[in-house]
Amino acid sequence: MDIVELSRLQFAVTALYHFIFIPLTLGLSILLGIMETVYVMTGKTIWRDMVKFWGVLFGINFAMGVATGVTMEFQFGTNWAYYSHYVGDVFGAPLALEGMMAFFLEATFVGMFFFAWDRLSKVQHLIATWALAMGTNFSALWILIANGWMQFPVGAHFNADTMRMEVSDFMAVIFNPVAQAKFVHTVSAGYVTGSVFVLAISAWFLLKGRHIEFAKRSMTVAASFGFASALSVVVLGDESGYTAGQNQKMKIAAIEAMWNTEPSPAAFTVFGLPDLASHTTKFEVQVPWMLGLVATRSIDTPVPGISELVGQAHDNIKDGMIAYGALLAVRKTPQDPAPRTLLDAHVANLGYALLLKQQRPDVQNATEAQIQVAAASTIPNVPVLFWSFRLMVACGFWFIALFGVAFWLSAKRKLDSHVWFLRCAIFSLPLPWLAGELGWIVAEYGRQPWAVEGILPTALGVSTTAAGNVLLSLIGFAVFYTALLAADFYLLVKYIRLGPDDILTRPVGAAKEDAA
Amino acid sequence: MSYDTLRVIWWLLLGVLLGGFAIADGFDLGTAALLTFVGRSDVERRVAINSVGPVWEGNQVWLILGAGAIFAAWPALYAASFSGFYLAMFLVLAALIVRPVGFKFRSKLDDPRWRGWWDWALCIGGIVPPLVFGIAFGNLFTGVPFSFDADLRMHSDISLWSLLNPFALLCGLVSLSMIVTHGAAWLNYKTRGPVQDRARFILPFTAGAYIALFIVAGVWLSHMDGYSLTSLTTPNAPSNPLAKNVTHGLPGWLANYAAHPLLYLLPLAALASAVLAIVLRKRSGLSFLVSTTVPALTLATAGVALFPFLLPSSSQPGASLTVWDASSSKLTLEIMLGAVILFLPVILAYTAWVYRVMRGPVTRQQIEASSKTSY
Repeated sequence: MDIVELSRLQFAVTALYHFIFIPLTLGLSILLGIMETVYVMTGKTIWRDMVKFWGVLFGINFAMGVATGVTMEFQFGTNWAYYSHYVGDVFGAPLALEGMMAFFLEATFVGMFFFAWDRLSKVQHLIATWALAMGTNFSALWILIANGWMQFPVGAHFNADTMRMEVSDFMAVIFNPVAQAKFVHTVSAGYVTGSVFVLAISAWFLLKGRHIEFAKRSMTVAASFGFASALSVVVLGDESGYTAGQNQKMKIAAIEAMWNTEPSPAAFTVFGLPDLASHTTKFEVQVPWMLGLVATRSIDTPVPGISELVGQAHDNIKDGMIAYGALLAVRKTPQDPAPRTLLDAHVANLGYALLLKQQRPDVQNATEAQIQVAAASTIPNVPVLFWSFRLMVACGFWFIALFGVAFWLSAKRKLDSHVWFLRCAIFSLPLPWLAGELGWIVAEYGRQPWAVEGILPTALGVSTTAAGNVLLSLIGFAVFYTALLAADFYLLVKYIRLGPDDILTRPVGAAKEDAA
Repeated sequence: MSYDTLRVIWWLLLGVLLGGFAIADGFDLGTAALLTFVGRSDVERRVAINSVGPVWEGNQVWLILGAGAIFAAWPALYAASFSGFYLAMFLVLAALIVRPVGFKFRSKLDDPRWRGWWDWALCIGGIVPPLVFGIAFGNLFTGVPFSFDADLRMHSDISLWSLLNPFALLCGLVSLSMIVTHGAAWLNYKTRGPVQDRARFILPFTAGAYIALFIVAGVWLSHMDGYSLTSLTTPNAPSNPLAKNVTHGLPGWLANYAAHPLLYLLPLAALASAVLAIVLRKRSGLSFLVSTTVPALTLATAGVALFPFLLPSSSQPGASLTVWDASSSKLTLEIMLGAVILFLPVILAYTAWVYRVMRGPVTRQQIEASSKTSY
């Protein structure tokens, strides 16, 4: 494998590992806030015990999220140096803001959450818990603003003197519609994850006949919060689909395995076997109109198919080659305005010319055959996207059903009376993780071959460090993360089995009396 | 505000953030590095760990924010240093990955082998970052082999071994002794009993080592070749590191000090603070307060010597990154400065509140009373 493949694999591995822990952090932090709010309002200590028990599990998971998160922030620099140079002016700002607005908040108040039960008043501790929850959610906001910009690079322009993208409208970067849709979709997915986690473990307690009151209360919170979140994740998923339909037509076409433009409104393919070689999908089962309605919210706007989009890419590449030629002229005679004017006229497609860099450094001289290869390279891996997307959506609808039933049962106060439901809840435990990871595969793998859509090809973004170094770090991360994940899993299982009574036997007021 | 002023402000802010990291995370890294020395029994080690337990996570964000701010304000530096020091960064990452998990997982099981394993992991996790960052800083003075092509893609050929040159190793030890001293001063201030006794015992040795190594590094630096700008650069020009000339040789790295002798107060104050931290060790609060200035002053000493260089290139000196040609656009620097002005006071305020809430020593009795919930 070359440096590009190794770097991509490392990013995929570390990002997917990171996202094992993040959705649970997002969801549980809010659930802890809700439970503690009930405790402060009612004064019933069972609610405090709930906060503490789920808090222990939250803490074990949170540590892993922090540990795997540092890698993500460093990795842009270590493995994607040219990317960092090329878009750092835009992309770095949300990351720095994430540090200022989110990381400090969550990291500072997570210490308060665990260590300051006896040093703070009830209300003060509640504020600390909510500050922690807000911190984790702000973090998601800023990182998705950064990621949204990679999907839909608004508010920036190319600067020939510095050879990079620079911010022209920061508000456009922040209020990027793709980022906003992705943010709500992703945090909702996190809330679903946290809710399924609480629901499933509580269901297990009920099946075992342990901690009945504790488990029923926990389930009630998870059922209502989870139901709202499951609805939100699907609705906002639709919003994501719509915004992607506007900006990332190739991604939509690949998800749909829509090889050619169909008469609008296009049909949605529920099932099929997309074949990369022949550009066809076998055994298609289609729902008429549905794709056209979701992607364009109209009945007469066509959804372009893959062949048409490759044709457009071909034109864009030729246009981009003019821009690259002009860029070389700007470098040679920086004072001459003529090449700058030419560059400005074609700069929108400069990124497409950079697709040719894999074949030759002097992209302005590419042959027609090379242009065709580059144009074809804009097709992402259709079968993977097609199936990842469908599995994710199926999980999404399952969550609505699961939480719908849970909500109804909790309203009827019959949460513990149906064994089949409790079993369903337990078996659903891995599904939010499956859906979340598949969602990121759709979002990121579907963006290929671009690191930043239409601006910078992924293959160009890598560092020039030795491939052996990346192989070494990739193996290191994989081994290290897997060992830590095993320890994490072991501790979670152990503490769940211990249950709330054992964890909380020690009177928590003890520490303060000794200090005084 | 002009572009060059913004660049200088962001150079200062770079120092503030790295200094914040060295001060805040410094004492908990130092505490972890000393863990197996100051804590002989399980409960002693827990006293040491819980002295930083509630605050270390927030402290480490100084590093995360530092990296984010370098990305946002100095993207070329972020790209060149993180990829150039690839395996060194991997070592730091490994340490930073082990720390949160180690703190959280260590006392979750009652098994002495499990706890012993994590104690060593935390100890090594406390030693590696200051050592590697010190070595990396040392390499800034010797220069690092990297160059840019016309597309401003960096090409580097830096092996981990080439980073381990004698001067850089010396800087690594300066950094390590400084951070361990800071950790010892913290434990001396924040704990009681045998942990405090051992921290107080070791402090003069680590601080003494810092003083000696810092002086040796200074004398060595005065004899080393430095990098200097030879062509006139426009401090307001767009960031392109290929638009200047740089030579390697005279007048050396102390040119800024020679031009402004008052700057010598920085290294002198660093040394004086280290001496005071030893002298005042029986007044542990004061000693710790003094020791917080040592990382800041040490960093300032090095930064002033380097200015305006951020990362000199030994293989293509003209490609060196400087304050004038490695920054973000003017607009990004302005936006980020606004964000810092808005958020940094808030961050400092709630951080101060947290330290106030958690004030008072950590004792054996407290740990035994809260043995299920403490780290």
